[in-house]
Amino acid sequence: MLKTTGVPSDRDIEEVFPPRERLEKGPVVVVECFETIPCNPCYTACHSGGIEAFKDITDLPTIDFEKCNGCTLCISSCPGLAIMVIDYTYHQDFVKIIIPFEFFPLPKEGEWVKGLDRNGEEVVKVQVLSVKNSKKQDKTSVISIAVPKAHYKKIRNIKVGVPND
Amino acid sequence: MNQRIENHPIIDIPTRKRLKFFYNGKALFGFEGDTIASALHAAGITQLSKSIKHHRPRGFYCAIGNCSSCFMRVNGNPNVKTCVEPLREDMIVESQEGRGSIK
Amino acid sequence: MIHADILVIGGGPSGLSAAIAAGKSGAEVLLVERSQYFGGQLVKQTHMFFGSEKQHASSRGFDIGKKLVEEVKKYGNIKIFHNTTALGIYEDGVVTLEQKIGAEEIYLKVRPQSIIIGTGALEKSLPFPNNDLPGIYGAGAVQTLMNEYLVKPGKRVLMVGAGNIGLIISYQLLQAGVEVAGIIDASPKIGGYLVHASKIRRSGVPILTGHTIVKAEGDKHLEKATIAKVDDHWKPIPGSEMDMNVDVICISVGLTPSSAFFWQGGCEMKYVRELGGYVPKRNRFLQTTVENIYVAGDSAGIEEASSAMVEGSIAGFAASHDLGFVYEDFDREMQDLLEELQGLRGGEKGAHIRAGYEKVMF
Repeated sequence: MLKTTGVPSDRDIEEVFPPRERLEKGPVVVVECFETIPCNPCYTACHSGGIEAFKDITDLPTIDFEKCNGCTLCISSCPGLAIMVIDYTYHQDFVKIIIPFEFFPLPKEGEWVKGLDRNGEEVVKVQVLSVKNSKKQDKTSVISIAVPKAHYKKIRNIKVGVPND
Repeated sequence: MNQRIENHPIIDIPTRKRLKFFYNGKALFGFEGDTIASALHAAGITQLSKSIKHHRPRGFYCAIGNCSSCFMRVNGNPNVKTCVEPLREDMIVESQEGRGSIK
Repeated sequence: MIHADILVIGGGPSGLSAAIAAGKSGAEVLLVERSQYFGGQLVKQTHMFFGSEKQHASSRGFDIGKKLVEEVKKYGNIKIFHNTTALGIYEDGVVTLEQKIGAEEIYLKVRPQSIIIGTGALEKSLPFPNNDLPGIYGAGAVQTLMNEYLVKPGKRVLMVGAGNIGLIISYQLLQAGVEVAGIIDASPKIGGYLVHASKIRRSGVPILTGHTIVKAEGDKHLEKATIAKVDDHWKPIPGSEMDMNVDVICISVGLTPSSAFFWQGGCEMKYVRELGGYVPKRNRFLQTTVENIYVAGDSAGIEEASSAMVEGSIAGFAASHDLGFVYEDFDREMQDLLEELQGLRGGEKGAHIRAGYEKVMF
């Protein structure tokens, strides 16, 4: 249960995941935000109208999946690091997942890293496609990884290899 | 074990001037911007004082000048809050016995 | 005797915001901060803030601190002293200060017409055997050590408390390259924001709710901690003990408002659990029961930096207005600020704050 473990359940994740038809059209956002706290910079960052205006600052974000184009601008603006973008159309065997990352060492493009699930457990090795770090991102790196299709709903984080590994 | 943070994903680590100081007669090094307690901690020294009645080992607790756990004698002055006192070159830092006295 | 219309005690988010508001209103302001840095707790906040764009959402705490200081420096009628500790408030209205310049200590006096107190809060402690060993620190203390002084607290940490401070600092420990063995909280639920908990969980750090610390052990420094499950009465369940090899314990069991100056100034105080301890009674403009003493920030009640900044602005405009220094857009500004504060206290998370404030408003 999220309130006792901090880990969203599969059901919680289903509720915020875009519908399959939308996933098959291209990159789209997944916002794992489940608590009514005063916060709305995701809306401020969004240029496409994919994240709708908040009526009350404590509301959960309302996503218009059709307007969202998966541009990833919101990923580094979320103070809770709760946002990722999924591109189901990336490859027939792999889904591209784009996540925020704030640790050193940063991986390099092409590097293989551990793909972790929401419990922090390793599920499968994944390959890093890109590591983005613009000034606007303000130290929140945005990293794209290629995840085997079987695991795309599980992978949420990475662990970069340590020297002894 | 190196206790200093040398690179950090968020903080830009500045280059800082090295300062020499003395801890119970031993020469140690810290950086400009350190407090006495942070420089000692980086040098692996975490016991800063002893409790008054039972002589239990004590370090800092709050690191912000509120709790009085970090008192040491500095340049002859007793009861200096080492967790907020900025480190200076050639400072003489000593453990004090008990409550510390003004000589 | 130093002259000032308004003395602001505390250079954190509430004090800086109060000084700016009073400066805008045309008052002569003196702000005193005991630390070498202005910005208070903001200085070491490396994480992104919540709230709205106006409240600097998505900006990192230390950048917000820098912005506030830059803003203050634009006003010729605001003087800011660092390394200056306010010592006492006297019956004749004099406030004494100790200013450190290098190794020199200078004793100063000021008789302000009004005082805005934004002295923040103190970390609470937790009683358990050997809780006084070196290596057992307040979580905020560890954050100060890491983010201000760039020193690691140790190798392996047990975090006691899963409120926002415990969760955020656990994350920052990982960022500093320190292992977090686990986070425990006696409560059955995680007290902090769930997004903080989630990002720490997906880094592999366990969160054990319904657990407490039983004792610590070590010779000259912490070597081991023992934790246990708790029952419905918050008592450790015998047989459920687990040892953890840690060299640091962070205690993150809450903050309590710093109240010394209010007591000294003669303000009517009230113990309010939801606000963290003793706080002064105040009206909606943050004026206490002593006409010329105002309160803002955590010393008004434990909350967030965003509310501290809004409260500081409210107190700054109000204190100035009451002295006859009226900001030209006072009515609209004040209405906006009061609405903003209400917005920050909305939702389920704001419920206990709202309950607390009911008890101290007059």
